[in-house]
Amino acid sequence: MKAFHLNRKQLGIPYAVFLICFVLAPLIVIIHYAFTDASGAVSLANLKAFFTSPNTIGTLVYSISIAVVTTLVCLLIGYPLAYILARSKMKKKYTIVLMFVMPMWINFTLRITALKEILTVIEGNLAFHPFLNTIIGMTYDFLPFMILPMYTTLINLDRSLEEASRDLGAGEFQTFLKVTLPLSFPGIVSGVMMVFLPSMTNYVVLDMLYNSTYIMGSLIGSYFSAYDWHGGSMIALVLLVIILAFTLISGRFEEDEKDRKGGALL
Amino acid sequence: MIKKISGTAFVILALILVYAPIILLAFYSFTEATQIGAIPGFSMKNYSTLIHSEELMDMIKGTLVLAFGCAVIATILGTLGALGAFYSKKYVETGMNMLNQVPVVNADVVTGFSVCILLIAVFGMEKESFFPLVIGHIVLCAPFVYLSVVPRLKQMDSSLYEAALDLGASPSVALKKIVLPQIAPGIISGFALAVTLSLDDYFITSYTKPATFDTISTYVVNATKGSQTDIKTALWALSTIIFVIVVIAVVIMNIGGRSGKENEKDF
Repeated sequence: MKAFHLNRKQLGIPYAVFLICFVLAPLIVIIHYAFTDASGAVSLANLKAFFTSPNTIGTLVYSISIAVVTTLVCLLIGYPLAYILARSKMKKKYTIVLMFVMPMWINFTLRITALKEILTVIEGNLAFHPFLNTIIGMTYDFLPFMILPMYTTLINLDRSLEEASRDLGAGEFQTFLKVTLPLSFPGIVSGVMMVFLPSMTNYVVLDMLYNSTYIMGSLIGSYFSAYDWHGGSMIALVLLVIILAFTLISGRFEEDEKDRKGGALL
Repeated sequence: MIKKISGTAFVILALILVYAPIILLAFYSFTEATQIGAIPGFSMKNYSTLIHSEELMDMIKGTLVLAFGCAVIATILGTLGALGAFYSKKYVETGMNMLNQVPVVNADVVTGFSVCILLIAVFGMEKESFFPLVIGHIVLCAPFVYLSVVPRLKQMDSSLYEAALDLGASPSVALKKIVLPQIAPGIISGFALAVTLSLDDYFITSYTKPATFDTISTYVVNATKGSQTDIKTALWALSTIIFVIVVIAVVIMNIGGRSGKENEKDF
């Protein structure tokens, strides 16, 4: 029996080795490159260069503004959609949710091509509204990722709490604001996570819609094509830190949620 | 009443906006038009270009082989990993969970860049060997297989496994006949997810692919920059074919899994 227990655990060894070689090791390499210079000596030059160059800081600000606006637009469209669908008494509403998710399975470059053709007809020349087009493109690309988690949260929400709020005299709008919205917060957080981070880095959308401004994703690429591993690693590291911060924040929300559920059980 | 109607109108409007580009492109793919807006005549030219162009067909085949090949490897690795982690000590499991989470939350650009920098800059590997590309795609896919198998393991009725052992089954037989069937739905959805992720990927591919190899994503991006209109419109045909395949797959899945209510809870 003992020999076997060892056996079952051993099943995980290939994947553990794989993770260490191709997930952990690359991270260490990136951190190493980010804090060394071309001669291999430890240096903070890359860090300093990132935070003093108007080019990189400008790119960071531009990426964040695209991500913030895209996330807000996706929220403003996605939340009402998720809410309406979750509350609808239609029998086949699941099919409609599926219809919003379905485009996700078509290659995103092909979807952006389709969008580009339409925008070209409407606007004539795409180059006149680069920021607007980018936001439209990103929203088109990422909206399903926003709808799905919010719909799931809303459909699983305990309706009796809303009914209690109404019974206790709160109006419809007040109930939404004080009960439904806070309860659906975990869904909002995971939706935001799934939209904000990709829209900071998905430079293909900008590329295809003729927006030549760099965002964080294309910035890494520009260092990469110039064989500047050190500068590129620093950009990657900055992105990693942003991602880590986001993950920790959303993880906290998830834990809060678990606590609340545990509390409810007691 | 007004609220209900305006709600429905909003949903319909959103659906129209989501599908208008895809459907319009599908319509124009059956014409000779080189851009949307012109008044077209019916033609199957784009479809014949697509089928007869060796370059396009090779690219599509390459994309599919890469996606299914990597998904198979990722599914085996991820499933075994989930099993191993499930039966291991707590700290091993936590460690694997954490490492597994890295590619999931990480931006694809950073994943692609980091795999590339390790294999190419540090180990001096050639992109032409396809090794970095395959590794990159497995790094992208395997964590999602792992994530879809783990919940199934947790839901599993462990007494069945013990019963099989008591009745004389060897551990490996019990694993095959008892554990595997119980986690099979997780493995299958993990595999499906892995295929989709690999098919949709642009970033990891662009960092790790050999210069002469293209997947649909990288090909489309290059084609939109190029000036070859017959290739451009042949891609409209490809987009239409993929759209039809997706619709058929979704319809089959919906009819097959009649229990829509259960699916809903699974989400």
